[in-house]
Amino acid sequence: MDNIFINYSLLILVLPLVAFVILIFAGKRLPRQGDWVAVSAILVTLILSIVMFIAMLLDYNPGFSQESTFTWMDLGAFKIELGILVDNITVVMLLVVTLISSCSHIFSLKYMEGDVRYSRYYAYLGLFTFSMNGIVLANNLISMYMSWELVGLSSYLLIGHWFEKDTAADAGKKAFLTNRVGDIGFFIGIMLLYSSVGSFLFSDVFVGVETGKITGITLTFAGVGIFLGAMGKSSQFPFHIWLPDAMEGPTPVSALMHAATMVAAGVYMTVRLFPLFTPDALLVIAYVGGFTAIFAASIAITQNDIKKVLAYSTVSQLGYMILAVGTGVYVAAFFHLLTHAMFKANLFYGSGSVIHAMHHALHEKHDHETDPQDMRNMGGFKSKMPITYWSMLISTLAIAGVPFFSGFLSKDAILAGTLAFAQHQPQHFLLPVFGFGAAAITAFYMFRLIFMTFHGEHQIPELVEDIHESPKEMTGPLVLLASLSVFIFYTLPRFNPFSDHGWFTDLIVPQTAVVPGSMTAHQITEYSHHAHGLAMGLSITVAFIGIILSVLVYLKKIIPAETLAKKMGFLYDWSLNKFYFDENYHRFLYQPFLNLSNKVAWIDWELYDRYFINGFGLVTEWFSRVTGKFDYDGIDQGLVDGIGRVAGATGHSLRKIQTGRLQNYLLFVVAGVIVMIIVQAF
Amino acid sequence: MDQLNSYLFVAAILFSLGVFGVITRRNGIAVLMGVELILNAANVNFIAFSRFGGMNFDGHVFGMLVIVMAAAEAAVALAIIINIYNNMNTINVDQASQLKQ
Repeated sequence: MDNIFINYSLLILVLPLVAFVILIFAGKRLPRQGDWVAVSAILVTLILSIVMFIAMLLDYNPGFSQESTFTWMDLGAFKIELGILVDNITVVMLLVVTLISSCSHIFSLKYMEGDVRYSRYYAYLGLFTFSMNGIVLANNLISMYMSWELVGLSSYLLIGHWFEKDTAADAGKKAFLTNRVGDIGFFIGIMLLYSSVGSFLFSDVFVGVETGKITGITLTFAGVGIFLGAMGKSSQFPFHIWLPDAMEGPTPVSALMHAATMVAAGVYMTVRLFPLFTPDALLVIAYVGGFTAIFAASIAITQNDIKKVLAYSTVSQLGYMILAVGTGVYVAAFFHLLTHAMFKANLFYGSGSVIHAMHHALHEKHDHETDPQDMRNMGGFKSKMPITYWSMLISTLAIAGVPFFSGFLSKDAILAGTLAFAQHQPQHFLLPVFGFGAAAITAFYMFRLIFMTFHGEHQIPELVEDIHESPKEMTGPLVLLASLSVFIFYTLPRFNPFSDHGWFTDLIVPQTAVVPGSMTAHQITEYSHHAHGLAMGLSITVAFIGIILSVLVYLKKIIPAETLAKKMGFLYDWSLNKFYFDENYHRFLYQPFLNLSNKVAWIDWELYDRYFINGFGLVTEWFSRVTGKFDYDGIDQGLVDGIGRVAGATGHSLRKIQTGRLQNYLLFVVAGVIVMIIVQAF
Repeated sequence: MDQLNSYLFVAAILFSLGVFGVITRRNGIAVLMGVELILNAANVNFIAFSRFGGMNFDGHVFGMLVIVMAAAEAAVALAIIINIYNNMNTINVDQASQLKQ
C-alpha cells in the first residue's frame, strides 16, 4: 500500500499516451484500425482509478496526500521542479476522467464506426486523456500549464475532426484562439507568482502567500490572471462563445471534453489553487460565474439544436461551479463538477443516441436536407428509444435539481453557500439571485428538451418507423451514467437524500485560504450550514416552478410557445440570437482587427516591400553590374589575359632565334666567346 | 717573340680556320674537316705547353688521346654522312633538318 497511489497515477498518466503514440504511427495498419489499443488502455486506467478510489474509501482519511517531485531543470538560481500530487480530490477527479473517457471510447465504437479517420480519432482521444490526467495530477504550475495547453490542442484537433466541413474547422480555430486569450492571463498569473515566490510548486506558492512574499494588489492580479485561464477553458462569460460552436465535433467528444472533463479543468484548477485567491479576486470569480450561469441559461431556452441547448446548459452549470468557488464553498463546486460530469455526459450521450437514430432514419429516406440535430424535427421518440428516454430523463431530473438525484445535492450546496455569502455581505445580493434564477431556467429548458424530443406528436411522421434504439455499445454508457445520477452514490454511507453528507464531504474537507484576512473554512462551512434549510426550500421551489412552466408550455401546450415568444418581444430575439455576441465580437473585435491587419499588410506590401525591399534589390543589382564590369573588363581582360598575352608575344619573338641550324648556334657560341674575351681583356 | 708564342699563334690560326670552316661550310665533309682542324689546334697547344711548360709527356699523352678520339669520331661522322647521303641524296647539312619541327 505504500506507494501504490503514486505508481498507479503514473501508469494512469502514461497509458493513454502510449495508446496515442501507437495509434498515431501504426493505427491504420492494425486490425480494426487499432481501436482495441485505445479501448484497452483506457479500461486499464479505469480499473487502476477504481482501485485507487476503493483504497481511498478504505483509508477514509480526509488529510490524505502524497507527493512525488523531481528536478526537471536546475540552472542555479532558476530551478524547476515537476511532480505529481495525489490526494482525495485527485483520486475522485481521476475516476471521473477515466470513467467518462472509457464511456466515450466504448460509445464511439458504434457512433464513429466507418469514419474516415477512425484510428486518428482514437489517437486524439488518448492524447486528450493523457493531457487531462496531466492537469489532474500536476503538483506545480508549470506542468499544469503544459497539460493545459495540450488539452487545448487535443480539443482543437477533435472539434475539427470533420474538418471537411467549414463550420467544424472554424469551430476548432475559434475554440483554440478563445482559449489562447485566457491562457495568456494564466501565464501572466503564473509568472507573477513565480517572480515573488521563486517556485512553481503549489505547496511552495501557498507557503509564499502565507508568509506574505506576495500580497495585496499583486496577489489579486495573479489570482485574476490565473482565473482568466479558467474562464477560457471553462467557457465563462465573455469567453463562452467557443463552447456552443465546439459541438461541431463528434458527440462522444462533446460529452467527454465539452461537458464533463476538459471544461471542468478550469473549475478543477480554481479548486486546486483556491487557497491563494484574495477576497477581491474571489469576488471577481463569483460575479463572472454567477452572471455566466444565468446568462447562458437564458440563451439555452430558445435554442433548437439539441446539442446547442446542452452546450449552453454546460456553460451555465460551469458558471455555477465558478460561482461556488467565488463564494468560498469550493468543495461544493468540486462536488457539482463530479455530479455534473456524470449527468451531463449522459445527456450528451443521449443526444448522440438520438442524433444517431435520426441520422440513420434520414439516411433510409435519402433525406439530406433535414437537420438531424434540430429538435423541431423530432418528437414522440419515447416509445421508440426507451433506454435513451429513461436515462436522459433521470439525468434531466438530476440537472434540474430534483430531490433524490445527485444534482440536487451539489446544487443545493452551492446555493446554500451563495445564500450564506449574501447573508453576511448583503451588498452582494445579486449572487444568490443569479444562482436561483439560473436554477429555475435550467429546469425549464431541460424539460423543454425532453418534451420536444421524446413527447408530443411526431413532427415528421414518415421518419418515425425508421427510428430505432441504439446498439449496446451506446446504451451501455447511458445506463451506467444514468444510474450514477442517483443520490445514493454520493451520500453513502448515509441514506438521507436531502443532505449532501456522505463520503464526499467526509473525505474532501475545505481548507482555509492562505491569504491573510480571508474567512476561515470553518466560518464558511458554518454559515452555509445555517443557510442550508432555506436554500433547500428555495431551490426545490424554483426547480418545480421551472418544470411546471415547461410542462404547461411544451407538454400540455396550455400556454402556446409562440404567444409566449411574442410577449417576450426583443428578449426572445436576443436569446435566440445568443444576445448577438458573435455578431458583436465580429463587429467590434474581428472586423477592426481585420481592418488593422489589412492596413498593416498594405504598409508592408506597398511601402516596405515596394520601396525598401525592392529599392534594396535595385541598388544591389546596380552595384553588382558595376563590380561585374570591373571584374570582367579590368581583372579578367586586363590583368589575367594581359599576363598571358605578354608571355605569348615574348615567346613569339624569342622563337625567331631558334633557327634549328647548328651552324648558327655555333656562330653565336663563337661570338659569345669573343665577347667574353674582349670583356676579359679590358 | 719567344718560341711558345709562335706555337700558340699557329694553333690559334688553325683553330680560327677550323671554326670558320665549321660555321661557313654547308658540305658535311668540309664541316668534318673543320672539326679536325680545331682538334689539331688543340693538339698543337698540348704539345707546346708540354714542351715549354715543363710537364714532361703529359701533353703528349693527351695529344695521342685526342688523335685516337678524332679517328673514332671521324669514322662515326663519316658513317652518318654516308647514311644521310643514302637517304637524302645530298650531304648538305642544312638539308638534314627533319628533326627540326
